[in-house]
Amino acid sequence: MIEAVLVAAAFDQQVHLAFLDDGVFQLARGQMPEAIGHKPFAQGLAELGEYDIDHVWVERESLAERGLTEHDLMIAVSLLDRAAMSEILAQADMLMSL
Amino acid sequence: MLHIVSKSPFADSALESCLAHWRDGDALILIEDAVVAALAEGRFAPRLAGLSLHVLRPDLEARGLSVKALVDGAALVDYEGFVDLCADQPASLSWL
Repeated sequence: MIEAVLVAAAFDQQVHLAFLDDGVFQLARGQMPEAIGHKPFAQGLAELGEYDIDHVWVERESLAERGLTEHDLMIAVSLLDRAAMSEILAQADMLMSL
Repeated sequence: MLHIVSKSPFADSALESCLAHWRDGDALILIEDAVVAALAEGRFAPRLAGLSLHVLRPDLEARGLSVKALVDGAALVDYEGFVDLCADQPASLSWL
């Protein structure tokens, strides 16, 4: 799924990545997906910078509702409240849900 | 923005999340299992009243629910109407 983001960026689209609802769990540090035969998500995240994806947004309420803080996340992100997240979503020309 | 919700609100938080991110001028279409949210006597009806609300008719009919009263103002649309909604709004967002 993160591959779709990298592909968009590779085609010179200005990509923003938004994490909300259960999506915030994707960013939790210390994941061991190999233990259940899944591919590491973190591998894709490390490549975001190389693809010039500088806008990574995380919804503050989604974190708080799930008992997480930004310190639980594996990469540096920009925190937004729900209203600001709605604004970011509304500004996009095209939205992909992953 | 056209919000597209496809999961039953009784089993999934997609509709809740959609409503939490609602902005003036937005529109909502309920498709697949999400059509159950539009029943007038259902728990979610008060939350949907007053919104620009559309329900995909084939998905409602497939579930035997087209005989039930829907939320005031809900518009039934077919697949062509769904496409028109997508074209009318600047962007579409599928809540998964």
